[in-house]
Amino acid sequence: MRPTNTRNPDYFHKVVDCQWACPAHTPVPAYIRLIAQGRYSDAYMLNRDSNVFPGILGRVCDRPCEPACRRGRLEEEPVAICRLKRVAADHRGDITDSLPKKPAKTNGKRIALIGAGPASFTVANDLAPLGYECTIFEKLSEPGGLMRSNIPAFRLPEQVLSEELGYILDMGVELKLGHSVDSMDALLEEGWDAVFVGTGAPRGKDLNLPGRWDTKDEDNKDSENIHIGIDWLESVAFEHTKKIGKNVLIIGVGNTAMDCCRTSLRLGAKNVKVMARKPREFFKASVWELEDAEEENIEIIVNHSPKSFVIKDGKLTGMVFELLEYEIDAGGKIISQKVTGETTIPCDDVILAIGQDNAFPWIEETSGIKLDKWQVPEVDEATFESTRKGVFFGGDAAFGPKNIIWAVEHGHQAAISIHKHCQGKMLTGRLPNEVEMAPTKMGMFEWRYSNSYDDAARRKMTHVELTKRFADLDVEVELGFTAEQIATEVERCLNCDIQTVFEASLCEECDACIDICPVECLAMTPDAEDEDQLRASLSASENIEGQALYVSDALPLTGRVMIKDEDVCLHCGLCAERCPTAAWDMKESLIQIHYADEQDGGQKRGLGT
Amino acid sequence: MTSFVKPFIRRKNEPTNALGLVRADYDGAMSTLCAGCGHDAVTATMARAFFELSIEPHKAVKVSGIGCSSKTTAYFLRDSHGINTVHGRMPSVATGAIAANHELAYIGVSGDGDSLSIGLGQFVHAMRRNVNMLYVLENNGVYGLTKGQFSAAADIGSTAKKGAVNELPPIDPVSLALSVGATFVARGFSGDRDQLLPLIKAGLKHKGFGLIDVISPCVSFNDHKGSTKSYAHTYKYYNPAIHADYVPPSEQIKADYAAGEVMPVKLHDGGEIRLRKLENGYDPRDRAAAIGKLFESGQSQEIITGLLYINENDKDMHEMARMEDRPLNQIPYDELNPGAAKLKELQKGFR
Repeated sequence: MRPTNTRNPDYFHKVVDCQWACPAHTPVPAYIRLIAQGRYSDAYMLNRDSNVFPGILGRVCDRPCEPACRRGRLEEEPVAICRLKRVAADHRGDITDSLPKKPAKTNGKRIALIGAGPASFTVANDLAPLGYECTIFEKLSEPGGLMRSNIPAFRLPEQVLSEELGYILDMGVELKLGHSVDSMDALLEEGWDAVFVGTGAPRGKDLNLPGRWDTKDEDNKDSENIHIGIDWLESVAFEHTKKIGKNVLIIGVGNTAMDCCRTSLRLGAKNVKVMARKPREFFKASVWELEDAEEENIEIIVNHSPKSFVIKDGKLTGMVFELLEYEIDAGGKIISQKVTGETTIPCDDVILAIGQDNAFPWIEETSGIKLDKWQVPEVDEATFESTRKGVFFGGDAAFGPKNIIWAVEHGHQAAISIHKHCQGKMLTGRLPNEVEMAPTKMGMFEWRYSNSYDDAARRKMTHVELTKRFADLDVEVELGFTAEQIATEVERCLNCDIQTVFEASLCEECDACIDICPVECLAMTPDAEDEDQLRASLSASENIEGQALYVSDALPLTGRVMIKDEDVCLHCGLCAERCPTAAWDMKESLIQIHYADEQDGGQKRGLGT
Repeated sequence: MTSFVKPFIRRKNEPTNALGLVRADYDGAMSTLCAGCGHDAVTATMARAFFELSIEPHKAVKVSGIGCSSKTTAYFLRDSHGINTVHGRMPSVATGAIAANHELAYIGVSGDGDSLSIGLGQFVHAMRRNVNMLYVLENNGVYGLTKGQFSAAADIGSTAKKGAVNELPPIDPVSLALSVGATFVARGFSGDRDQLLPLIKAGLKHKGFGLIDVISPCVSFNDHKGSTKSYAHTYKYYNPAIHADYVPPSEQIKADYAAGEVMPVKLHDGGEIRLRKLENGYDPRDRAAAIGKLFESGQSQEIITGLLYINENDKDMHEMARMEDRPLNQIPYDELNPGAAKLKELQKGFR
């Protein structure tokens, strides 16, 4: 086989599972090491480079990094990456001096950003310091988008949100609140150099079942007790809605449903049931959000499919559900379902949390922006440009509902496009990622990272007592990590970005590395035509996670090759400690991702932590 | 001394053996030998052999003498019985232990110093008695623990690290074993586990004395140019002549070899050893042929390895000496110690 090319920037990047899984490619192990050293501000700033909102995301990120964590491949739980991000934010000092500054003068290019959510703010964050005049239009009276209107304050305190948005506004970004953009054509006529649409997916799905529109009121058939989840949460966030009935049913079991049920409890509901059509393994909500809801005694009822609303005397009194039974195959897929009965569950209010759609009633066909039949715009996946030159989309507005961290990444990419667009350059031809290898060896068996394996279990964050947390809507439930929890959790990180680097010409084939490896991921074997043949010589050769097999150059004494299964390697460095000839070394792979300021002759940021 | 320990880590989808144990359950304490020592590779291969044979760790006995190699019994099978004996006296202790309980799996680990100098007499007599054990001689040609003096296994012309040339002829443990009646004689190399692993498994399953002379380079004192036991030299002149696979009784049906390519040798446990890569006409069951082959290869610098001789027909010590079949710990106490009266009666017979 051809020897592995570790100079390909994606090779080592992929080994850092968390960073690879993160849409914004946050260098997780690097910031965890900074936290371990007590350098919270540095950890915060390193986070901020890629994900812009460490304090917000440290609380409410969807955490694609955690299921990817290498630690999960042992019989263990992943590192509490998200919680550690919050630690960096909680304990940071005054970082205002390190933030990008408002430029002395602008470059005269005017950018309109529609919707004050994470995508627009990221674009502004990347462009304002370069001299762009960014104006954000927001129809509500406060900025933040879904982060303010849909995420309840008990999960994301208002002050955390405002502070991080404030950093960006301080870069000279203009924010027009209560300013809804009702016509794209009109906006385009104003002569902006570029327009960015970051308006999210604002239309919550309705459930048109019998009884939905059967209330007495002739003028308004809509029941005041049937709510659309995201609209209801917004109404609560802006204090238009202050109470709810005693018995509440939530339809749907995604993350919005979790926010709805927990918010209901804080508005006076006593008995909240989340109704799911399918069994638990099919739930869309994140595991931790389910756990947090269940901790508050929310009942989650499976295999109940909504059939109709029960309206008596014009008032909602309950809902009828069909009881379902599923046949699930060995692969965990539903192969058939049947109705086994029916039940009526009484309630005072129903909240529908069954998804949301894109909606652009304000974008005219004449604007030249093509939308498909589901109102999703035609957007280039690399440049985020729409079918009209100079109009860009990002966040949920671009490809439908995703999450905050995706919105941030969209924002970064759109900012590069806008920067290139405004200079009259091609939007493609962005700087490719690079990888730089930095030594970590400090002496005999001494590295500048904590390489010894720590078998501590994942720390569990302390929550406010159940008796105290419902008093106000904005009592933050999670208390943050204690000093002990921080100290333990940082050591659980395996430092996957400290790579095992092999120099075949130095190897004398003594097998020391193979014997010391605690997970048996190394072997020396005659070269073979294909990967499967090589893998056969590894004792743990199952390739489940899709990680690569490293193949070295031919070894000097026998012409065999050294192979390494990147899937199970724990980056403990024992191979390098044991190697008598230093053929193995541990080097930090710094993945350099270039943002708008570095493109087209901009100065490249230095890396190194 | 190393400053680190190898952590014990359970991972998902880890292979287990018939006892439900994982490979790491057969590890021992962290090795304190020099990084890159051939002995560590042998240790790891022994651990793997016991794992793959699904031998319960508490049914294995590790015995050794003194030296770098003899230290290694601490580094595998942490839950087994074991004893570090006086220098060169491991065969006697092993003989006694086997006399007391011959149902356990015995593995002796020794080096060229322990076996070929101070313990030469013991070594020879254990082979002569055909004690039922596997004797692994980790051979690096020097006294590593005392900083690299030539051992009795050093070849003529081989140089020490500082340049001194050895002029004394070496003792070859393999020829010695063939001449005194060992019934399983092999040579291996720490750098070739594909060959060594099945040799160790076969040696453990062989009934009688099994010797594996393992070339196991000393990285600190005998891995330089001019050494004939360095990694580079061994890889260069290495000839894996006869490959032996151990096939347990349960897998006997899968006979997937063409006649002539493979020579099967039945073992007492019902399993068999399948010998491959044989040269035309060479029969490892023929002692004279083995001795001839060895001398022939000795003319060139070639290092011939593999299972060079096997004899499954000779009686082992237990059988020859007509010893009690039951392990002593399974014999009721009054039978084991019939009392003073019985002793007197016995003594009468000798007067």
